[in-house]
Amino acid sequence: MSLPDIPILRRGQVYESLEKVELKSVRTGESVAQVHHANAGLIRRDLRRPSREVLRAVPMARMIALCKEAGQLFMEGTLPLGPGQTQSPQEYVEQLSATSGLPHTLVRRNMQKIYQVFTEMDRILAGLTRGMDLSVLDRGYGEQAGVPVSYYAVTSTLGVVLPSNSPGVNSLWMPAVALKIPVVLKPGREEPWTPFRIIQAFLAAGCPPEAFYFYPTDHEGSATVMEVCGRSLIFGDQATVERYAGNPGVQVHGPGWSKVLIGADMVDRWEEFVDVIVASIADNGGRSCINASAVLVPRHADALADALAKRLAQIEPLPATDERAALAGFASVKMAEFIDNAITEGLQTPGAEDVTARYRRGPRRVTMEGSTYLLPTLIRCQSMAHPLANREFLFPYASVVEIPQEQMVEQMGYSLVVTAITQDEKFIEQLLASPQIERLNLGPLPTSRVEWNQPHEGNMFEFLYRRRSIQRAA
Amino acid sequence: MTMVSEQVLPEAVRAAQEQLDAHVREIIAWHFSPETGCPFWLEWAAKAGWDPREEIHSYADLTRFPHFQDEWLRDLPNEVWVPKAYAGRPYYIFETGGTTGMPKQRIGWEDHKRDYEEFSDTLDDRYFPRGGNWLMLGPTGPRRLRLAIEHLAHYRGGVCYHVDLDPRWVKRLIAEKDFDTARRYKEHVVEQGVTILKHRKISCLFTTPLLLEALDEKISVPDAGITGVFCGGTQMNPQTVRFLVEEVLQNRAQFVPTYGNTLMGLACSRPLTPEDNYSITYHAPQPRAVLRVVDPDDTARTVEYGAWGRVELTTLTKEFFMPRFLERDEAIRRGPHERFPWDGVGEVRPFGALEHKTIEGVY
Repeated sequence: MSLPDIPILRRGQVYESLEKVELKSVRTGESVAQVHHANAGLIRRDLRRPSREVLRAVPMARMIALCKEAGQLFMEGTLPLGPGQTQSPQEYVEQLSATSGLPHTLVRRNMQKIYQVFTEMDRILAGLTRGMDLSVLDRGYGEQAGVPVSYYAVTSTLGVVLPSNSPGVNSLWMPAVALKIPVVLKPGREEPWTPFRIIQAFLAAGCPPEAFYFYPTDHEGSATVMEVCGRSLIFGDQATVERYAGNPGVQVHGPGWSKVLIGADMVDRWEEFVDVIVASIADNGGRSCINASAVLVPRHADALADALAKRLAQIEPLPATDERAALAGFASVKMAEFIDNAITEGLQTPGAEDVTARYRRGPRRVTMEGSTYLLPTLIRCQSMAHPLANREFLFPYASVVEIPQEQMVEQMGYSLVVTAITQDEKFIEQLLASPQIERLNLGPLPTSRVEWNQPHEGNMFEFLYRRRSIQRAA
Repeated sequence: MTMVSEQVLPEAVRAAQEQLDAHVREIIAWHFSPETGCPFWLEWAAKAGWDPREEIHSYADLTRFPHFQDEWLRDLPNEVWVPKAYAGRPYYIFETGGTTGMPKQRIGWEDHKRDYEEFSDTLDDRYFPRGGNWLMLGPTGPRRLRLAIEHLAHYRGGVCYHVDLDPRWVKRLIAEKDFDTARRYKEHVVEQGVTILKHRKISCLFTTPLLLEALDEKISVPDAGITGVFCGGTQMNPQTVRFLVEEVLQNRAQFVPTYGNTLMGLACSRPLTPEDNYSITYHAPQPRAVLRVVDPDDTARTVEYGAWGRVELTTLTKEFFMPRFLERDEAIRRGPHERFPWDGVGEVRPFGALEHKTIEGVY
């Protein structure tokens, strides 16, 4: 077969660009695909012609059924790739693994997550709309809990500038299609595969092609997507978060700084929670914003850090096809070096110890079969003020810090997910009142466990639709 | 495709080479003779200890000169560049590029007119009709281009409308990351262009790729009566060219990309074809200027056909002699073409484009 070709999609139609970028395997350095790049002018020109009307005509009930079918096709179907090319599920796993460094098991786990979003779209939309009768979106008005409601879309497209870290992030924009808002996707450099396959699954299930714009592009093209879409999602670091703060048209997904907190009432039983904490840190190769990056305890920090380090150090790089593989190789060796150096540098500041170093044989950064890996790292920090205490990196990394329970909420800072292992009502009340927590897990649940019927990281429905008052003369 | 194309007769290539070598001898004789030459080159030769008139017999011999430093055009008074033969005649001062600070200046009398008259002969009258009016929507101010386009319009029997654009302001805004003001300025410029197009009968347009795209956001350029677009100022990759040809101009107006600057004049592109995948190859206006693609690590060496290298420009007119100036661009060396039987430069882009981004702005 010729090299897989990933074309541009303009209103769902294939467009082959003269500007192509090669995607290489992170392991062998061989070319594994050609990605067609869109010029910014083309994006701007396409989006001057609205396409939402076609999607608006699809009834919500049909949309939900279509999502279920698309989910099956995503998991099991052989779907179109470039002109004259197809992609089986196994090929998808191999291709994505080659360019992202994710082992096959993690790709499959993410596939499962995406499948769930497709097939449980009704539950997800119920969560987003608080159980509203979805036909309100077909007619534009209706009733909810005996009160008249009317909603209108505030944008004709949702722009999404995607990262490459994990295929799971695509679950964030998928509900927009179900909510009948066309999506304009700029895939991450190493990860065009997943958004393209999701689109193909939607199309194969009968979704109108006008719902999809797929533009691999450069910085200028990304900026254009953000500029021309009335609403957009972007993923980035703290600087990105700050740049768009206060812009109601942009939802920024920055670092998660997710955490596990153990209350004074439970901390003497810390040994029971080691599994949950290890899962929180290391699930999905530690690459998600919902992975824990700090563990806060009122006492036993040294013992807990040692136990976690011992467990984390057992996670070692394995071949991509190994079913037990749990670490992802870095697509960019420079990125791995940068992270490794940042940690080494952080350790120069007194008050921190790399506890995993006790159990690791050799350095943190290793290569295996041509891929660069960072081995899971657990740092025992003496306070939250230490530069390594509240950091988030693209691999299993966390700090353990001892803080009196009464100071935890005050000191922890923004946290996308908090798992609080406690039964202390007063502490729980304090956590519930905190505006710093987006998702709160009470009890020993991993931070990485996502419940689809409740939104975190912003409510997509409220981002895309606004409610208006409506009255009709009798 | 990158080799000498089949239609190019070896005799034509040889004749062009001979004409260039003869022209080199004539220009060297002119600039290094005390009766006609300029102070800069006469003093340079006195210090160098060799007489170019005796040792330069061909274009290839020019590698005996060091690379021309464009700082000289900024740091030295304009008078040092006046050839004795032109003494006493007031001259034009043309400034380069878009950077702020003391600008680099080239002086001239008739060169710009001659360059654009020659260029005019390459334009197709069906798309750039004789007597048709022009709109110049691009860098104006102290730039050669501003006068040159107007002269081109006059030479072809039409008139030229202008919209002011200050590229230095744009570069400054972009350097300061004030993208919002840069965007507003672009809007301001484009709106003025739209107004002129709506109220005057215009068939030919000079503009930059980004302004052409921006114009398309307001009006359909071919519907506005434009049949020919002469475009230059920034790099254009094949995809951008194809987009402009197929979508912005809807294949209804001819698109003529050029590569040029104040120091060279302008290099024409070979006719664009979808078969060439819209890859642009420019040919310098030989023998008045010569473009060579050189090995960046050994600039005396010309790279092989089809290979990337840095663009080196030599300007050879009686008004201005500039040997071996290294442009801030890189390109692929391409073979001679039927219409231009000498080497061309393909897919020009900023030098080191893969390593770092340069500020190009809207012009």
